[in-house]
Amino acid sequence: MTFNLTVSPDFAPSHISGWYYFNTWLQRQLDVGIHLELYDDFAQQREDLKNGSIDLIYANPYDASMLVRELGFKAVARPARRPDETVIVTLRSSDIHSVEDLKPGITVATTDDPDVHTMGMIMLEPADLDRSNINTRTVGGYVVVAKALLNGSADIGFFLKDAYEELSELVRKDLKVLVSSQISVIHHALLVGPKMQSHIPQLKEKLLTMGNNEKGAIVLENMGLSGWDPMSEEQTEFMIDLIDTLIPD
Amino acid sequence: MPEANKQGPRTVTLRYFDGTRREAEIINQEVPYPDGKLIVSRTDTKGIITHVNRAFVEMSGYSKEELIGANHAILRHPDMPTVAFEDLWKTIESGKKWHGYVKNLRKDGCYYWVKATVIPNIRNGKLVGYTSVRRKPSRSKISESETLYATLM
Repeated sequence: MTFNLTVSPDFAPSHISGWYYFNTWLQRQLDVGIHLELYDDFAQQREDLKNGSIDLIYANPYDASMLVRELGFKAVARPARRPDETVIVTLRSSDIHSVEDLKPGITVATTDDPDVHTMGMIMLEPADLDRSNINTRTVGGYVVVAKALLNGSADIGFFLKDAYEELSELVRKDLKVLVSSQISVIHHALLVGPKMQSHIPQLKEKLLTMGNNEKGAIVLENMGLSGWDPMSEEQTEFMIDLIDTLIPD
Repeated sequence: MPEANKQGPRTVTLRYFDGTRREAEIINQEVPYPDGKLIVSRTDTKGIITHVNRAFVEMSGYSKEELIGANHAILRHPDMPTVAFEDLWKTIESGKKWHGYVKNLRKDGCYYWVKATVIPNIRNGKLVGYTSVRRKPSRSKISESETLYATLM
């Protein structure tokens, strides 16, 4: 039997090869066939998740709720020291210096990355801004968000903090961060679907010791990760509860 | 703004719903909510704190050890009307999410405003406690809440 692995579409493009190395590493460790399927957008990936064709996913925290509570997935690990944080960015030359300087009618460049968009909107609340009084431009990735700021088609942009920090110096020198989230407890997670759950003990053991050998460490480096931390059922439920408090009614 | 809030430090007796009371010094000084942070806590079904994050410790002025095991009402400011908390408990005990603006009392007697969301934690179909997440409110919402709460005291 071949299992299907996928990765939340918000992974950094520079780490695509890392996920292919991870897939090869994983097949050798578990001695099972695994196919890696990558998606350009969240909508198509969610459709395939719902029809049961995915067995293992490095999931966006926002999707964890649906995966765990509706589709029976179980979390096995989370990336070590890599919480998902959001930054709101504007042009360095802008006379906007804090969120409270923002006014209704601004244009926000954002992506379909659900946790970053949700946190970005929450960080606009102190300026009394919400979806009813801003213009939203949803674009295909964080590089495009940066472009929208640089060409003046958006006033502010929402970025995953890691993605913002991976932009080139040349781009970042013309941008500035207005606010950065400091949540620490919202992060991606590796979740296992119902058909693959008999492999969880072995998978957990291999992931938690992955950095202890040279091959595993090289794969981690290519994925942009420093290692994996265990994730219990209660830690997963806690993160899902927390995200539920952030989702608008 | 409530009348009492125009005055300097004062000592008040805080009475809790379970019949307990404590003396607290109230200082009319706001501590600004930090940008980008979420204050997170969990309680059991009776409102006893079981988990706090670092932002909670920093903003409340209490140590983690002082907070764990205490009733969440430890943060209750005397300018908050009882009816607001009655609405909170009625909502979450019926299994729903509650939102509201809350003026919280710090250990040092100063205060901070939050936009609070509380949800019931359901495990295997059973209520095991509540998660409360607080974030930065806008000045206009604080102002509206001050006006409203003054009428409910």
